[in-house]
Amino acid sequence: MKTTAFQKIYIKIENITKATCSLHAQGVGYEELAIVNGRLAQVVKIQGSLITLQIFSGTEGISTNSEVIFLGHSPKLSVSEELSGRFFNAYGLPIDDGPDVDGKVVEIGGPSVNPVRRKQPSELIATGIAGIDLNNTLVTGQKIPFFADPDQPFNQVMAMVALRAKADKIILGGMGLTNDDYLFFKNIFENAGVLDRITSFVNTTEDPPVERLLIPDMALTAAEYFAVEQNKNVLVLLTDMTLYADALSIVSNRMDQIPSKDSMPGSLYSDLARLYEKAVQFPSGGSITIIAVTTLSGGDITHAIPDNTGYITEGQLFLRKDSDIGKVIIDPFRSLSRLKQLVIGTKTREDHPQVMNASIRLYADAANAKTKLENGFDLTDYDERSLKFAKKYSERLLAIDINIDIDEMLDTAWDLLNQHFSVSEIGIKTELIEKYGKRKVNEIE
Amino acid sequence: MNTKGKVAGVIANLVTVEVNGPVSQNEICYIKMSDVKLMAEVIRINGKNTYVQVFESTRGLKPGTEVDFTGHMLEATLGPGILSKNYDGLQHDLDKMDGVFLKKGDYTPALEDDKRWEFKPIAKIGDTVIAASWLGEVKEKWMPHKIMVPFKFKGSYTVKSIVEQGEYKINDTIAVLVDTENNEVSVSMVQKWPVKIPIKAYEKKPRPFKLMETGIRVIDSLIPIVEGGTGFIPGPFGTGKTVLQHSLSKQADADMIVVAACGERANEVVEIFAEFPELDDPRTGRKLMERTTIIANTSNMPVAAREASVYTAMTIAEYYRSMGLKILLLADSTSRWAQALREMSNRMEELPGPDAFPMDLPAIVSNFYARAGFVYLNNGKTGSVTFIGTVSPAGGNLKEPVTESTKKAARCFYALSQDRADSKRYPAIEAVDSYSKYLEYPEFQEYIKESISTDWVENILSAKNILVKGREAYEQINILGDDGVPLDYHQAFWKSELIDFIILQQDAFDDIDSSTSIERQQYMMNKVLDVYNTNFKFETFEEVNPYFKRIINVFKQMNYSEYKLEQFSKFENELQDIIQEKLMIVE
Repeated sequence: MKTTAFQKIYIKIENITKATCSLHAQGVGYEELAIVNGRLAQVVKIQGSLITLQIFSGTEGISTNSEVIFLGHSPKLSVSEELSGRFFNAYGLPIDDGPDVDGKVVEIGGPSVNPVRRKQPSELIATGIAGIDLNNTLVTGQKIPFFADPDQPFNQVMAMVALRAKADKIILGGMGLTNDDYLFFKNIFENAGVLDRITSFVNTTEDPPVERLLIPDMALTAAEYFAVEQNKNVLVLLTDMTLYADALSIVSNRMDQIPSKDSMPGSLYSDLARLYEKAVQFPSGGSITIIAVTTLSGGDITHAIPDNTGYITEGQLFLRKDSDIGKVIIDPFRSLSRLKQLVIGTKTREDHPQVMNASIRLYADAANAKTKLENGFDLTDYDERSLKFAKKYSERLLAIDINIDIDEMLDTAWDLLNQHFSVSEIGIKTELIEKYGKRKVNEIE
Repeated sequence: MNTKGKVAGVIANLVTVEVNGPVSQNEICYIKMSDVKLMAEVIRINGKNTYVQVFESTRGLKPGTEVDFTGHMLEATLGPGILSKNYDGLQHDLDKMDGVFLKKGDYTPALEDDKRWEFKPIAKIGDTVIAASWLGEVKEKWMPHKIMVPFKFKGSYTVKSIVEQGEYKINDTIAVLVDTENNEVSVSMVQKWPVKIPIKAYEKKPRPFKLMETGIRVIDSLIPIVEGGTGFIPGPFGTGKTVLQHSLSKQADADMIVVAACGERANEVVEIFAEFPELDDPRTGRKLMERTTIIANTSNMPVAAREASVYTAMTIAEYYRSMGLKILLLADSTSRWAQALREMSNRMEELPGPDAFPMDLPAIVSNFYARAGFVYLNNGKTGSVTFIGTVSPAGGNLKEPVTESTKKAARCFYALSQDRADSKRYPAIEAVDSYSKYLEYPEFQEYIKESISTDWVENILSAKNILVKGREAYEQINILGDDGVPLDYHQAFWKSELIDFIILQQDAFDDIDSSTSIERQQYMMNKVLDVYNTNFKFETFEEVNPYFKRIINVFKQMNYSEYKLEQFSKFENELQDIIQEKLMIVE
């Protein structure tokens, strides 16, 4: 953010609020950046010559004679191969003591892809986690959030997904990360030796909350560079989008806008969609996949943030602690990947859809049996078996610490089905049972 | 000379313009930035300050920028070539745009000026014509596309000349008309119409009464919609709104489908782009894309154009209706359109209504739904626009303003239920709570009696009744326990499950089950009601569940088999045998 010669400096601020200041200036464009007393600010309102600036880091200590310099452009990012392996702040400036990035300077928050130029997503992303690969398969060009309570290990799971997914590039957008989590990501990427394919944009809880608003656009601009110019498959991780939405509501509140549901701005849907819709399969082969985190309060998905997110994203992944095995699992009932139909059974083994559905159906029977047990009813032999099955299924497949390939997941599922159920209880097409379940259908049971 | 102005203020896409002459509400203007022109619409006038909503991002816009006013409202361009097109919300042709990314101010023409169309005259010299009278027709793919007297023409005209059969371009003069004061006007094959004004160039609009077949059993057999009717589908995310709309767009008995993808996921539109050119229309054998036009304003495209997109789609539908065609208009989702209205109302600092939506939301919604309808054209032919919109209620709560406003306007209500979706009972339409007001129309009942059967409406009512009774029985069983209720309750519950599994549930991804003809629906409904009316003999409640599961299984196999072919009959016989097992002999 260097100033250049012959720029006009304004020193008469008319009006200061908690987040904004206003002054008279000429020739200023909408969304243009300015520097107010050394702090970055952006034009959010123009009324004749009166310009209102939002100061990202807050207005504490700004005085009516502070210097204001307009930069003549909206927020930008230098993009080149040099982004790889680097850590940046919300303004796209290095925070890892490395040099500035030398590259093409592009405005962040660029235009949308023409829908007729998109390709239908069709490439599977394997994560090794059966709760995802087996039941909620991810596809390149998809956008999907983890819905998790704040105490769940969503950042760990996301880091794991990032490391295992065979993406060419990974972009981390951290909003309101605690310093501990920031260091966690940094260490885990360094230790895995994959730093060279990871770019991070980080705003920690120590930074002003409004700065967060720049993070997703920075991350997605970097992602578009790799996906469009280098035809790479890029995975973008955004955590935590709830804190991003909170920052939106802070700004809209300070701009005196009328809040809609849950004190969120009325434009929340469009604001979130603008980001998530950057997920795309390009015709030239590159792709952007977005995995985000939306923290819930007390598991409430009707709150405006998860609710709007659910309408935008292509499914959601729920984390839940399974008390039977004492581990965190991917909840098979509430999780959904809308794009899995595009790959399962075609890009994976033909028995995948049926094995997936049968296992979840039987897992649901176990949930019913559990309710029966809790209400003091007697259990049938079938109930007993399904409970045993459910425990094993959680342990060997749903737990997030599993790391196996999809064929192995399917074989494990067959193994569990065979151990606990008769052929007719499994209820899968006969030929699949014989071929993959390795059972004779007419055997005596 | 047209009015000009200068930009005086900017807040997001709401721009204040100081004007030097007259402007009108909803007039279109162009803001001339140094490299591009941005299209905008007047939404409020206050002294010399005119407020316009810009259909693009206003990044970099500076005060003082010149603005040209056009003197007209947002207009659709109507003429041959609309069929099978992919437009944005302002009717710009998406396929004509260069590059992968949308560019600001890249306004491509809706139709092709150079393309030649084979024109055949219908009107003759000396004929008296009025707005929307058919002058001739061109073949647009398979469709006889009528060239009409422009809708804007008032009063009656005499045809002075009309071109002979041959190839013409859309802007060529194809006829010269003379009005009552002897003024000559020439007419081409293309006309413009302001999208926010309904096209009313028809003779009359009676209450709709003809069943519109959708092939979806829960709709046709329980909650039917009519040609020219209105319906809406509210449902929380993940309940299958979009799959249901896609099924409707694939199967509904309409000449043309207009899909307004309004503020929803881009990948869902991509699915239509990818599949429709491949899929066959079961009624005509042509590709589905040949009867479809898509207006795509996905959630990441400019918000202001989202509102325009539904009007553009409706205007196109009304235009084709005037040719005597059956049009189905689908909008997914109208909530996004309402949210776009909310954003603008908020920026203009209007006093908000419930949930910060504008106060006039119910009026806007009902005006829009009122544009659908079945009409008699001036030449005695009929045409219809059937409109079905989805609603995305915030938090799945049906008491929110968009759902409530729409409920007042639409005549069919298809409530999608989270519970049904969770238990994979698709389509997740809650048949008991949903309704079709058309069932109460005497003219509809009359039509059904003549065209389908005398007991159709009666059957619908009894099926609904069985579902209600089944639900009550289920609640009692849950409270009192399996052995705490009389055996009849178990039967009542399982008989309602029969309707649920066989009539309501349908596999949208199965080639045969996905679409069911009316004849077959009627056959299956009678079959199911026969079972319902059968008296079974059970010793204990434990027999009821497995027995009905067997019946359901065989019925389902019938649904998956080709109607009345060998497989189908085989299962039908099997069903008969199972029923015989438990038949109670009445002495």
